[in-house]
Amino acid sequence: MRAIAVIAGGVFRDSIRDRIAYGLVFFAVLLIASSFLLARLTAGQDVKIIKDLGLAASSGIGVLIAVFFGIGLVTKEVERRSIYSLLSKPVSRTEFVVGKYLGLVLTLLINLSVMVAAFYAVLAVLNYLAIPDLRASWDAPALDPRMLVAFALIGVELMLVTATALFFSTFSSPFLSVALTFAIYIIGHFGEDLKHLDNIVESQTLAQVARGVYYVMPNLAALDVKSEVVHGVAVSAQHVLAASAAAGLYIALILVAATVIFSHRDLK
Amino acid sequence: MDAISIEGLTKHYRVGFWRPRPYVALDGLTLGVQPGEIFGFLGPNGAGKTTTLKLLMQLIYPTAGRAEILGAHVGDASVKRRIGYLPENPYFYDNLTAEELLEYFARLFGYSAAEGRRRASSLLDEVGIGPERRFALRRFSKGMVQRVGIAQALINDPEIVFLDEPMSGLDPLGRREVRELILRLRDKGRTVFFSSHVLSDAEALCSRVAIVVNGRLVATGSLDELTAFEAKGWELVVNGLPGAVLDGLRSSVSGATRLGDGRYALTLPPSAAPEPVIAALSAAGARVVSLTPLRATLEDVFVEQVRAASADRSKATLAS
Repeated sequence: MRAIAVIAGGVFRDSIRDRIAYGLVFFAVLLIASSFLLARLTAGQDVKIIKDLGLAASSGIGVLIAVFFGIGLVTKEVERRSIYSLLSKPVSRTEFVVGKYLGLVLTLLINLSVMVAAFYAVLAVLNYLAIPDLRASWDAPALDPRMLVAFALIGVELMLVTATALFFSTFSSPFLSVALTFAIYIIGHFGEDLKHLDNIVESQTLAQVARGVYYVMPNLAALDVKSEVVHGVAVSAQHVLAASAAAGLYIALILVAATVIFSHRDLK
Repeated sequence: MDAISIEGLTKHYRVGFWRPRPYVALDGLTLGVQPGEIFGFLGPNGAGKTTTLKLLMQLIYPTAGRAEILGAHVGDASVKRRIGYLPENPYFYDNLTAEELLEYFARLFGYSAAEGRRRASSLLDEVGIGPERRFALRRFSKGMVQRVGIAQALINDPEIVFLDEPMSGLDPLGRREVRELILRLRDKGRTVFFSSHVLSDAEALCSRVAIVVNGRLVATGSLDELTAFEAKGWELVVNGLPGAVLDGLRSSVSGATRLGDGRYALTLPPSAAPEPVIAALSAAGARVVSLTPLRATLEDVFVEQVRAASADRSKATLAS
């Protein structure tokens, strides 16, 4: 456990100072801030635009960091040979994989927190400037705390995407790992379409294959409650817990698989 | 008990995408390293030196054979607590400072933050990293990274230190400092196993060496054992030697090089006894400046072994 914590701390310290990650988070914050100006150009939709854009920017930038940094966790270490020194210390390959994963998750959650703070700051300014009649026309209050549920589920999604990227990077090239992780991300968001493909295709074989893929892929659509919270629709605690538990199980399985593969790999 | 014991260690890779074929990176390596010695693991590029070190560090797994360090299998978790390793051309995390990197590695050995800081500071002093220890490692030159690499290999005060090309990227001063560091480790009773293709380093440091070529061990032993076998004769430097006297010595001298007016370097064959020649020269009025036995250098042995192994391989390839 100690080695896992130390490695996670090392990843956090290294990645939190990475200029690319800084740049991406800065870009997201800028995007969220600029949504305020965009919102001023619209009538009655201002708060919705800020919420839509803020949630989308946080999720999108978070996924980019999760994919590219998640893949780099292993591939960069192996390509640059920094892993040689690390694994010659009293560190097992399992501790390496889990420590790397937790370190990046910690970084992602800090980055997400920065984006959440920027998001609520912009909404607070809008709320302050809005006249009471305008506030009354909104679907949900500007500073609706229920939006934190959407951010929490974005966090869970980023954890799952990071685990997927890490898994692919234990046995494939960086380019292929990026492609496969994005493929899983996209399929994960269109799982329901795969499940009900028999509604639009005649081939039963194809429909069954699609249903099989649906059961193997993570259900990322269940973690996406952005449109609900923007419109002030309540998201049940049961849904949040079930979606998070399923994602947690998927993350655990994928990390076990990553560990098993990585433990048997020659680091040439 | 050997500090390092290797028996029949073999590593095959499969190379080629469409029709993979085996490539033998290491072929049945067997050797032992005694506690407290500096052992040089020599060979040309691609001989299997780094492969051996990676097998010992469990970065790759053997096709056959086994290896033990300090009496335990190399995969044993306890082994890693007692060894240090400098990889070839090390690379570390861009955004960490040298201090932070060493503290990070110290924590992996269970040192407290304060003890880790103390060890990091002391080792960085020892390898000559000054105030730049607080710079991000991405700003370090190759030689500075190499010094940090040596420091991290010593962070746990290891009983055995494995150094893969430790002089790589170092300037002459750095090389001398690392040589002195290795000798200090030996004086403290540590075992040092280092791979290199720079023979002068091995000659200056090692008590014993092994030479690998094409994945096979071709020679092993102390420097004396390896070089004494190749005695080449004597070199005699004399002053005031008349040319006529030199003509009379042609039968016992295999070569003569004129160094100046009346000054010659005479080469005597290994079978010749130098005493009668010296007596004859003295009688003729010449003065002996020096008499040096000509022994093969490690470089001579190395080149001969590499050529022989390459010739054997060519024959085997032609035969098949």
